[in-house]
Amino acid sequence: MSPLLEVRDLTTRFYTLDGVVCAVNGISYTLEEGETLGIVGESGCGKSVSVLSLMRLIPEPPGRIVAGEALYRGRDLLRLSEEEMQQIRGREIAMVFQDPMTSLNPVFTVGDQLTEPMRLHLGMSRKEARERAAELLEMVGIPRAAERLDDYPHQFSGGMRQRAMIAMALSCSPSILIADEPTTALDVTIQAQIVDLVKALRDRLGMAVIWITHDLGVIAGIAERVIVMYAGFIVEEGPVGEIYGNPRHPYTLALLASLPRVDRTSNQRLAVIPGLPPDLLGLPPGCPFTPRCSYARPECREKNPDLQPVHSGHRVACWVDVTTGRLR
Amino acid sequence: MNDPEPLLQVRNLKKYFPITRGILIRRQVGAVYAVDGISFDIYPGETLGLVGESGCGKTTAGRTILQLYRPTAGQVIFDGVDLTALRGEALRRMRRRMQLIFQDPFASLNPRMTIARIISEPLRAHHIGTPAEQVERVQELLRLVRLNPRFINRYPHEFSGGQRQRIGIARALASNPDFIVCDEPISALDVSIQAQIVNLLEDLQDQLGLTYLFIAHDLSMVRHICDRVAVMYLGKLVELAQKDELYDHPIHPYTRALLSAVPVPDPSVERQRKRIVLEGDVPSPVDPPPGCRFHTRCPEARSVCTEEEPAWRDIGGGHFVACHAV
Repeated sequence: MSPLLEVRDLTTRFYTLDGVVCAVNGISYTLEEGETLGIVGESGCGKSVSVLSLMRLIPEPPGRIVAGEALYRGRDLLRLSEEEMQQIRGREIAMVFQDPMTSLNPVFTVGDQLTEPMRLHLGMSRKEARERAAELLEMVGIPRAAERLDDYPHQFSGGMRQRAMIAMALSCSPSILIADEPTTALDVTIQAQIVDLVKALRDRLGMAVIWITHDLGVIAGIAERVIVMYAGFIVEEGPVGEIYGNPRHPYTLALLASLPRVDRTSNQRLAVIPGLPPDLLGLPPGCPFTPRCSYARPECREKNPDLQPVHSGHRVACWVDVTTGRLR
Repeated sequence: MNDPEPLLQVRNLKKYFPITRGILIRRQVGAVYAVDGISFDIYPGETLGLVGESGCGKTTAGRTILQLYRPTAGQVIFDGVDLTALRGEALRRMRRRMQLIFQDPFASLNPRMTIARIISEPLRAHHIGTPAEQVERVQELLRLVRLNPRFINRYPHEFSGGQRQRIGIARALASNPDFIVCDEPISALDVSIQAQIVNLLEDLQDQLGLTYLFIAHDLSMVRHICDRVAVMYLGKLVELAQKDELYDHPIHPYTRALLSAVPVPDPSVERQRKRIVLEGDVPSPVDPPPGCRFHTRCPEARSVCTEEEPAWRDIGGGHFVACHAV
């Protein structure tokens, strides 16, 4: 069976006055029906741009998707017309953004905004959509949901706004929910509420989830498969247990080692990744992690390695086998 | 390790911000009870963590301790001197010994000033050294925070977030302080850069014998860097203990819920963890609930919790908690 979503060789660039920013550099991955995929990486690694590209939400200009395919149920999203894409967005693939404050319109009530996609996509009447909106708000755990439909976003707290955003994303029962750092702006106790909520809804509605974050802790709790991105490339991909238990890319290893843990005491110094992420304006030809990598060898500077399988479903892009320290 | 003489004693510190109405005739119609009676000590050379969620008053507490906000009530005794009683020049002289590192490395450096001017500002403010000596000191400080001293004439925009935070740290160290309030110094930085800054702060503490109040919401990092940790909720301290005691044997229901909500980067641990998920949101500090402030969300609340404020007391071994159930 073909996967629900198959991204092939996706490449997105931004043509700015300073030069060409290589934000996403030929990434390929798949998403199965009902699966939860985590995409992790630091700011500027291309994790958001990669999903905005397949939603066709990259501002053009300066951005441009220069190559690739994104096959959703066999249709290439990158080649659909804007009208066809509008049928997909919100209905088939919905998105929740980081900042619930800026992604809700302050001058419309929560109810207005919640009913809009249902009236647009599902052709519901005002009354039907309103009833459904109240159900949705209730489902995401907002008390007195029917009354709160007439509230404006500023009358909601941050956690409630993010719940409302999730309710909106789920309103047309999408098959894919893309969550772009949905809990980054929230406190940990609220973050725990939202993570539990998305997990419960995912299991109930059977949708696939792409969860983008820089927080390796959150991903450990929600994802089945994880993609690690660095400088617009996928450097490692695998089942969540493999990524955390048997990381094979020096960047993944170093990232995990640099994290202190709440459940353990440590009196050692934190492991450090020296230096800075590379400038995407002028990526060198080799592996982009080379200047910060403790395993780097001369060949790493010359050619960027492709993703190679190390286990079933576990792929890594590195010339060096970190378990032996030798070239693979 | 507890030195008998604390460097800093905070006693029943309160900071209320008035809410006023009217343009010509302004009258106070209420107050934000941002910090509402907190007491703790900080010992020389230690790092005390102050944690809590947004709006709990931890930043206000830090700034009130430094007298950047004058407290509504209470005392801050620094090295035997009550700062709240000082005014003018006497207070200014004490300020040399206390500094602040800010959260946002982009907003806290003036974009029109060179690095030299930014870092030497405390020196000029306190008339420390001649201009030539100040330049020398700036170079020394840059080396101390592991930046190239040749960067001295560059502007903030030429630096990355992590480097800017180093510049902020160099500025805080310029006047040779004893005590530094680090207000979320790493939350704006990327994961791979956070460890660099935390290690730098630890090295500087060892080298210079600094005392830190480390304000943060990242409980994993706080466990790593702090000696003792205080937990704040809605303007009040709920618990304070040695870090391992607090993380391994939390007593207050809020501390327990907070710690259980922190994700652990290990899928096998995450799968088995039992979360205490709190209902609802933090109430407004304008109208805090009576009795224990946590009772509206507390899974163990009893009738006494809605009426009486629990006392802040030591239950043994320097483990402080404010809860009726203990």
